[in-house]
Amino acid sequence: MGAIFNAQQIVNGLQVGSIYALIALGYTMVYGIVRLINFAHGDFYMLGAYAAYGAFFAFNALFVGKTGLMAFVVLIASMAAGGVIALLANRLAYKPLRYKPKLSSLITAIGVSMFLEYFLSALPAVGPSYRSFPDILPRVNINLGNAVISNYVIIDIVIAAVLMVGLTLLIKKTTLGKAMRAVSQDKDAARLMGIDIEKVIAFTFLIGGSFAGAAGLLAGMTYPRIVPYMGIQPGLKAFIAAVLGGIGNIPGAVLGAYIMGLAETFASAYNSLIGEGIAFAILIIVLLVRPRGLLGEKIADKI
Amino acid sequence: MKQLKLPKLLIFALIFYSAIQILYGTEILNGYILHIINQSLIYVILAVSLNLINGITGQFSLGHMGFAGVGAYVSGTISTLVFKINPSSPNGMLIFIFAIIVGGLAAAVVGFLIGFPSLRLKGDYLAIVTLGFGEIIRTVFNNIDYVGGPRGLLGIPKFSNFTTIIVAAFITLVVIRNLVESSHGRAMLAVRENELAAELVGVNTTRYKVMAFVIGAFFAGIAGGLFAHLLQMAHPTQFGFIKSVEVLIMIYAGGVGSITGSTIAAFALTFLSEGLRIGIRAIADATGLPIGGEWRMVVYSLLLIFIMLFKTEGLMGTKEAKLIRLKEVQ
Repeated sequence: MGAIFNAQQIVNGLQVGSIYALIALGYTMVYGIVRLINFAHGDFYMLGAYAAYGAFFAFNALFVGKTGLMAFVVLIASMAAGGVIALLANRLAYKPLRYKPKLSSLITAIGVSMFLEYFLSALPAVGPSYRSFPDILPRVNINLGNAVISNYVIIDIVIAAVLMVGLTLLIKKTTLGKAMRAVSQDKDAARLMGIDIEKVIAFTFLIGGSFAGAAGLLAGMTYPRIVPYMGIQPGLKAFIAAVLGGIGNIPGAVLGAYIMGLAETFASAYNSLIGEGIAFAILIIVLLVRPRGLLGEKIADKI
Repeated sequence: MKQLKLPKLLIFALIFYSAIQILYGTEILNGYILHIINQSLIYVILAVSLNLINGITGQFSLGHMGFAGVGAYVSGTISTLVFKINPSSPNGMLIFIFAIIVGGLAAAVVGFLIGFPSLRLKGDYLAIVTLGFGEIIRTVFNNIDYVGGPRGLLGIPKFSNFTTIIVAAFITLVVIRNLVESSHGRAMLAVRENELAAELVGVNTTRYKVMAFVIGAFFAGIAGGLFAHLLQMAHPTQFGFIKSVEVLIMIYAGGVGSITGSTIAAFALTFLSEGLRIGIRAIADATGLPIGGEWRMVVYSLLLIFIMLFKTEGLMGTKEAKLIRLKEVQ
């Protein structure tokens, strides 16, 4: 078992968990506010990776050698792409269906997801095949006893942590965060208190999408190739992580994502097929044993 | 139940069957069109059985093609690897029917295993579980060498033809129609309309949700078996998420809850899909532009979004054609 539960695997698991956490946050925030499983969320992640790819080459064509600034521009580009497309999807596809049966928006979300994937594949400039993602920063390996840690691992974990701390501050300390919490508790009461619900929802999509975009950049850097269908699997797993933590619960999503990242890394080290299936097994167990998730609250149906 | 309208649908099916046979015999219809008609009929089975889950019972399954995959692989294994039959072998047809039914039963068992944990709960969990299931089943097929792994299961004998497929489609339509009109079907409709209220009047909601899901999975397995014996292969990629979404589009275009709508939409969209394939290739050839088959799915996804935004009830809403209805609605 030493080969499976060692420092190397723990670090790798935390890295995967950081990427899942950034995606899972958007899922859980959107679900908490509009009760919609946004299937297209994984595609915001994919768009973030492609935007970062484009921004990298655009920046390097204009300026040469300003690596620090370039890394910053690439991060902003990925977050902007994810956020803006999430905002547009909300405005064009989800908002008109807000008060229709819930399944309508769920199906529309599947349509949006397919559209983003196939539209990018159909565009000659992007295409359906894999592209290798450039090294945005030079790779450095750090030896720590029996584990080798690349600087990319540290970047992934740190960027995810910084964004999550920022989000916590936003939700706990600002008026907008207060409004978000109010809308997720009771939409009607929040509206009666004069909160512009649509603005809060739009903002939630913007934040969730930009986090997914940032995750796309981190994943592009870590596994250096991108493809229009890259968002499907991580999107599904991040959603399962959100369910594991308690869907709609923000700390739960982060906790679920790290558990998921670690479980998947350990399982993959044991057997790659089990690694593929572990997320699904976790989902089934959660549904059987504790459907509200680790940190979720039990909600009774109102009659 | 005194007035069974079964003969009407039977007569229609017989007329349709003879018409196609005559047109094909006189070479007005070529083999290619007949092949698309066969595919359409298999999609009728898939769409109507998914409609039982999504439309009639109001649950949301995203892995319907996964069940078709189970049916395809199980029946293909029985006919190709165990009995090694071909269309000229004695009892070949009987073994084929046996293989198809076992494929359906296997799909139903898998349906129970994944449906039970997720259907106990309210909410959208079934969507995620079935989506995950679709991905898992593909990985499993990819990794079993006995059924060909990533190459797929090849050399399946061609037993599915217009006759066998139309019989299967007819049986599916009649069984699901009768089920919907029975007291079980009424309970399923009650679950769709208001789960809580249904529970309060004594409907065992979990039981009916699982029942609809398992029956739907059974017919999906049958359809998968027919597909495998029509295309003479079963391949992991045939049963992925996107294929499930194609069936989903059929039931929403036709009208959720309408068997008639699903049937019409299965035909219309199978022909549209082929039309788009040919059309896109023609445009690409004529203009020399790099236009790929992905545009077909772009059209499909936009179709899904527009149906949801502008015609949520689909073509037929919840209405049925007189042909399908068991008794006149008072």
